[in-house]
Amino acid sequence: MSNKIKKTSGDGAKESILIGDSWKKKITKKGDYIISTKSLKKTFLDGLKETTVLKGVDLNIKSGEFISIMGRSGAGKSTLLYQISLLDHPTSGEIVIDGLDAHNLSSEDRVKFRLHKLGYVFQDYALLPDLTAGENVAVPLIMQGYTKEEANKIAQENLAEVGLETKFNNLPSKLSGGEQQRVSIARAIAHSPTILFADEPTANLDNESSEMIMQIFKKLHKEGQTIVMVTHEEEYGQFTDRVIKMSDGMIV
Amino acid sequence: MLPTKNNINIWRVGFFLAYRQIKRANLWTTILIVAVMALTFLNLVVVNGVLVGLIQGSVEAHRDRGTGDIAITKLTQKTEIERTEDILNVLSGLSQVEHVATRYTGTGSINADYRKKLRQDQAPNRVGGTIAGIDAINEDKINGLSKYIVEGSYLQENDADGIILGATLLYKYTPVESAGFQTLKDVKIGDRLKITVGKNSKEVILRGVIKTKVDTNDFRIFMIESEAKKLIGKNNINADEIFVKLKPGSSLVDAAKVQQILFNNNFDEGAKIQTWLEAQPKFLSDLISTFALLGNLIGSIGIAVASITIFIVIFVNAITRKKFIGILKGIGIDSKSIEISYVLQSIFYALAGSIIGFVILYGFLVPFVDAHPINFPFSDGIIYAPLTGTFVRAIILMITTVIAGYIPARIIVKKNTLDSILGR
Repeated sequence: MSNKIKKTSGDGAKESILIGDSWKKKITKKGDYIISTKSLKKTFLDGLKETTVLKGVDLNIKSGEFISIMGRSGAGKSTLLYQISLLDHPTSGEIVIDGLDAHNLSSEDRVKFRLHKLGYVFQDYALLPDLTAGENVAVPLIMQGYTKEEANKIAQENLAEVGLETKFNNLPSKLSGGEQQRVSIARAIAHSPTILFADEPTANLDNESSEMIMQIFKKLHKEGQTIVMVTHEEEYGQFTDRVIKMSDGMIV
Repeated sequence: MLPTKNNINIWRVGFFLAYRQIKRANLWTTILIVAVMALTFLNLVVVNGVLVGLIQGSVEAHRDRGTGDIAITKLTQKTEIERTEDILNVLSGLSQVEHVATRYTGTGSINADYRKKLRQDQAPNRVGGTIAGIDAINEDKINGLSKYIVEGSYLQENDADGIILGATLLYKYTPVESAGFQTLKDVKIGDRLKITVGKNSKEVILRGVIKTKVDTNDFRIFMIESEAKKLIGKNNINADEIFVKLKPGSSLVDAAKVQQILFNNNFDEGAKIQTWLEAQPKFLSDLISTFALLGNLIGSIGIAVASITIFIVIFVNAITRKKFIGILKGIGIDSKSIEISYVLQSIFYALAGSIIGFVILYGFLVPFVDAHPINFPFSDGIIYAPLTGTFVRAIILMITTVIAGYIPARIIVKKNTLDSILGR
């Protein structure tokens, strides 16, 4: 870890370092650290009041690990996930993901990095309402340069992977919560991401659907997928290799 | 954006998102927006077209019902068109000339009370005007005067006693009471009237009333050429006005060519030779410029309304989808793709509106108003909407709409990705 991140409010002026296609490949070998953070801090300013949500988090996650981050509401688990998944900028500290120092990434690089190397599953599924299940999965693939036919084929395969092969043409509004979350997982894994991030993926689901989602994660993990999951549901910790507990912005 | 591989993908995703958003948008909302755009387009073209068309109608009337394609008149310092016979000979030899008509004019008055004994304080029912001697058949071929008879009938070829009065000379058609402007009152078809030119006078019968909305006709007293010449005291062939009609489909350029031939014969030394455009009253061309400016001003307001409409539509659309825009950015979709998708939606609305506007304009409005001109006192109003001008306005509408669609999309897309996803 070479550069420290200081007050990273915007980095649009940085030049792209993600040149060519070689960076798209997974660099970290299985068992090596694929995510490392050091002294990671995040402070929010609410009027004149500063609230520090992350108070210097040091975290190492190995390639191929299935990690769950747990803690009470307000412990900072989701905030940590947003920082290490490059959806947000930390106030200070260091993040290295798959060999790349996040500090060196411009805004455009972060978008490219997220597109090619990261996958996301959100608590509320985050599907686009105007697109069918298949199209939701296909959009990031088209952005990556796949033809529409190729993207649809991959989307169909991934929907089959999560048991929704017959729902390709269904709009999200025609799917149950559990089905929507499975579409969300299909979208997240369609481009074989280096790391899959999941923020409370079962929070809005009934037990049966939650169990199904966790079984999918378990299967993906078995296939070597690195998964970082935030959850407040203790029983799902058993599915993961390691449980990281957070309290008051610190790992305990 | 250069067509790099990444930029092509940005456009592909932009199209992908735009197409699906339009396809799955609420049908009635889409119809409403497209209707607004179509009305804006029509507002932009028709308001200007009607304003200019009012005057254009007058310009065209001046040509069709008045001068024809070329007007040859007296020079200010001359009493007649010199070498009229030579001019007529040259014109008759030109293949592009369809018809030629000559007029012999003189100033006089027409009296409706000449057989009544008037009291001393009683003003005579009399009006001054220009007497125009015409070849009824030739004249009709030039400007179709017989079509504009509003009462009675057109002049017969050898009707030595008959006259036609321009509607402006009759109170019935021009109910104006003014010391400086006299009209004949209570005059009916078949009434006997007396025309006086200098010391000559003649009793005539009113055959018809003509209303062409062209002053050179509507202020005049028409009679056959031979009788008019006797009244005016004209003994030679030299006319006061010669009107030339070219073959159908002739343009201003063709008129200018014929004009040049007449110039080459030095006829301009003894006559004023003008194309129909040069012969039209100057106030008409001035009015066209003024009305065009007025039309553009009103059109600009229409453009502003359309811009605001599209801005609101896209802004509301984008703000209600802020979360989804955040998600798209979160999963790695380039911001430019999202902006492009909104710009393409704006283009769709503007294009659909313009196409519908085009169809309404050229498929219905223009032909309808051409067939049923708007009846203004001084002209028959048409919708003046040349294709080039309409295309320019459609492009202006398109550009404005694109900008109006891009700005709100850019505002929303620029928001912090995580804040958008979390709805903050």
